[in-house]
Amino acid sequence: MNMPPLLRDIEFAVDLSFVNAKGWILDLLSHIVPDWVVVFASIVISGVAILVLGPVIMMYLTLLERKLIGRIQNRYGPNRVGIWGLLQPIADGIKMFTKEDIVPVYADKVIHCLAPIVIVIPALMVFLVVPFGERMTAVNLNIGLLYFIAVSSITTIPIFMGSWGSRNKYSLLGGMRTAAQMISYEVPMTLSVVPVIMMSQSLSTNKIVLSQSGSYDMNWFIFTPWGIVGFIIFFLCAVAECNRPPFDLPEAESEIIAGFHTEYSGMKFALFYMAEYMNAFTLCGIAATLFLGGWQGPFLPSWIWFLGKTFVLICVMIWFRGTFPRFRVDQLMGFAWKFLLPLTLINILVAGLCHFISEKTGWIYSFIIFSISFWVLVRLNRPWMPEKRHYPLAN
Amino acid sequence: MTNFPSKRKSSGIKQWDHVYTSSVQNAPSHHWLKIFGAGALKGMVVTLKNFVTSYFRKPDQGGIFTVQYPEERYPEIENYRNLPFLVYDGSPDKVRCVACGICERECPPKCIYITMETDVAGKPVRKPAVFDIDYAVCMNCGICEEVCPFDSIFMDHVFEIASPRRIDTGMIRHQEDLLKSSEYLQKIRPKTATMIDEKKRAAEEKKKAVVKPPQGPTV
Amino acid sequence: MENMTQVENRHPSETLEINFGPQHPSTHGVFRMQMLLDGEKICSLKPVLGYLHRNHEQIAENITYAASMAYTDRLDYLNAMTNNFAYAIAVEKLAGIEVPERAEYIRVIMAELARLVNHITVIGFLLNDMGAFFTPLLYAFREREKILDIFEEVSGSRMMCNYFRFGGVKRDLTTENLTAIMQIVRRFPAFLEEFEALLTKNEILCMRCQNVGILPANLAVNSSITGPVLRASGVNYDIRKVDGYSIYKRFDFRIPLGEKGDVYDRYFVRILEMRESLKILYQALNKIPQGEFLNKKTLPFLKMPRNFKPAVGEAYGRIESPKGELGFYLVSDGTPQPWRYHVRAPSLINLTVLEDICIGQKVADAIIILGSIDIVLGETDR
Repeated sequence: MNMPPLLRDIEFAVDLSFVNAKGWILDLLSHIVPDWVVVFASIVISGVAILVLGPVIMMYLTLLERKLIGRIQNRYGPNRVGIWGLLQPIADGIKMFTKEDIVPVYADKVIHCLAPIVIVIPALMVFLVVPFGERMTAVNLNIGLLYFIAVSSITTIPIFMGSWGSRNKYSLLGGMRTAAQMISYEVPMTLSVVPVIMMSQSLSTNKIVLSQSGSYDMNWFIFTPWGIVGFIIFFLCAVAECNRPPFDLPEAESEIIAGFHTEYSGMKFALFYMAEYMNAFTLCGIAATLFLGGWQGPFLPSWIWFLGKTFVLICVMIWFRGTFPRFRVDQLMGFAWKFLLPLTLINILVAGLCHFISEKTGWIYSFIIFSISFWVLVRLNRPWMPEKRHYPLAN
Repeated sequence: MTNFPSKRKSSGIKQWDHVYTSSVQNAPSHHWLKIFGAGALKGMVVTLKNFVTSYFRKPDQGGIFTVQYPEERYPEIENYRNLPFLVYDGSPDKVRCVACGICERECPPKCIYITMETDVAGKPVRKPAVFDIDYAVCMNCGICEEVCPFDSIFMDHVFEIASPRRIDTGMIRHQEDLLKSSEYLQKIRPKTATMIDEKKRAAEEKKKAVVKPPQGPTV
Repeated sequence: MENMTQVENRHPSETLEINFGPQHPSTHGVFRMQMLLDGEKICSLKPVLGYLHRNHEQIAENITYAASMAYTDRLDYLNAMTNNFAYAIAVEKLAGIEVPERAEYIRVIMAELARLVNHITVIGFLLNDMGAFFTPLLYAFREREKILDIFEEVSGSRMMCNYFRFGGVKRDLTTENLTAIMQIVRRFPAFLEEFEALLTKNEILCMRCQNVGILPANLAVNSSITGPVLRASGVNYDIRKVDGYSIYKRFDFRIPLGEKGDVYDRYFVRILEMRESLKILYQALNKIPQGEFLNKKTLPFLKMPRNFKPAVGEAYGRIESPKGELGFYLVSDGTPQPWRYHVRAPSLINLTVLEDICIGQKVADAIIILGSIDIVLGETDR
């Protein structure tokens, strides 16, 4: 890009501002303390940044969700506590801290108390491989993507622990549904990521982002035929993994009151809540990394691009919440196994095809293949597709 | 609150015809909308439209219509009936109520308690000594206002009557809490107050007219 | 209970007894369902009622006829105008009172506005039960607010209207009121289009509602179901056309029927009924004559309700309320208080088929079926 040198310098400075800040602190410390402490301090700084960032992001995500859903429903969101409701998450936090912690009498205390802890830890651990900007990944693992998928699938267990330990029939129903749902949606999620790995030939999130560079930093995977379909499937699976509507059976508020976290109150409920939003954030972040080009983008600093893309995806998740009713359990499973899974397999095929033939013909072939497979899948899943009805008007 | 302009599209009669004349009511669907998933996308478009118009449209055309109580208030409607109150003309001892007890008898949940005043000799005076209304029991039906022959009890517009106790200075309102002037009645219910004043004036004129003629021709 | 033995013979799994208790976000009030579940399938369902019993019928036997008009508002608390209407018709039949023209038109306008309010509320709550997190409900409430404003201007209260009197209505409609109602009627089709665009072709809604809770027509007729539930099963029965009470015979409207009788049909029949109500409102607003709003002979009874002593006899007055056939059975013995007063509540009668259509469905479906049958506990338990 032909920008004047001054502007380019400014852009680099802003882009690497966090990296430079951390380097400056470590530099300062290296004069005072021995080397091994500096290494330790580097880890601590990254860790503290994530531990602070995680909950803060979650708090303001809840506020954002409430305000956006309020606007969709033609009302203000919270606007009493602070201007535009900006202090509302703090008020919520104080409320959660001061609530009475009720443990049911016959509950299995160990499992009941462990569940919220076990659900928050993977949610925080995933932050390590999310590339927030250029050279701003906390830990640059070679197997970043595998680590992410593995760690985020641990969340099934604490949800089931929570529902089992509460000794409540409603929670049990919620837990059963959750286990089924989360395991079923792991499969299409993982398979839809396979074309990305194929094309970028690496599992490291940083390298995946770097492989989407070129042509003004807009050579994102979403602009390829397999990228679009892969992105849609991955996004739907991500929404299901976070237990967000329309896939929010585990906490279906109108049927089983609160599902697996019916019996939790106070800080434990806050931990469940936190884990759900942090999961949403990281999954949107990973979706942005894999398909939307991570921190790539012209003109603006990298971390602004990344946060912007993640923000857009979160807004789409909130939009889903405001619009759709909820699926039923068997329809949910059917959707994952009978619809999304075949589509992901065909997606892998198309990705391989597009790699070997030129771009234009690639688009045409992939369009034909996808439309045929879509039509076949819709015909095969007849029992659920909407039917046409006739309503006579009599006298 | 009734003067909102109907700027929505279907304010003409022509667009009503399809509602009248179509015999099989099935929403017309275009060809491309038959793809699985298109209905959901249409729903998302509706939500997006509502989200965007909530920022800059007026309340009755798709904007936000929240009334931010207690800073803003909903405009008062004259006929709103909530809880009863007694009317006096001029000064608080010129109560219109004569303690006839009709409202007490007709009240469905029996929330009015009346005792007539007696003077020193024991003869009843046409004024209430005790007039209690239990606001917690009152069901805002308005029957007491309808049956009163002396236009002395009316339905007020107050609704901010929360109090910490149920009995003393709480929900049971005594006569001094219930008495409000007729200017207050004129303020909250102008049409009714004017009508009653007209009736009174007409009745007085009739009385004067009846009194006059016998004195005329004999002199 | 034959389903129970079938389940046990199939494979040895335990059934779970769960109580969708009186306190639940989606049971439309304090209503309890005792369910036996096998996994997610329902084996048996027993509704338990009575949590909101308020002795309405006994209270009415101790107060005058006019005073219990205020209590009928609280039966089906979502549409009070309809309850008042039915009671007024029953008493007018009992005492032989006639209603002037303008009052009849006003009554029909209020009844159809109440029908609009009820149907959009029901659809909104049905979608709330399905998980759409208040969005369709709040869109519906936008229109409902306008109609409730009309009710407040006309009768004094948004929901507990107490507007109808024997022989007419309590207060006349001014031209401003009529203009306001006309504006609502003009705005409503646009709102219905938006609502349908959001909902009718939504795949998730179709998947959830179609072929769920099918009510066969003969079962419906045998269980005395009435209202949109019956018409969604294909039976052509609407009391406005059959009885022709009040002046419904003068209006041109049709009755939408469904084909299968599942939840989707009940939802769509309600939307079509709203369109028909708009037609009726439009015709009524254009044709309303000038005149008196209350039969002059009943004016003295307004001031002295104790003098209203209908002749000895009985009467049953019924109307097509938005939930079904709402009927009042009155027996008079010449005193100002009725000797027997009974309400035929549509919600209670419609609930008798709940078990039959829920067996074999999943838990999530039971909630939706209950939402589509449209009960209000005030009416069910009186």
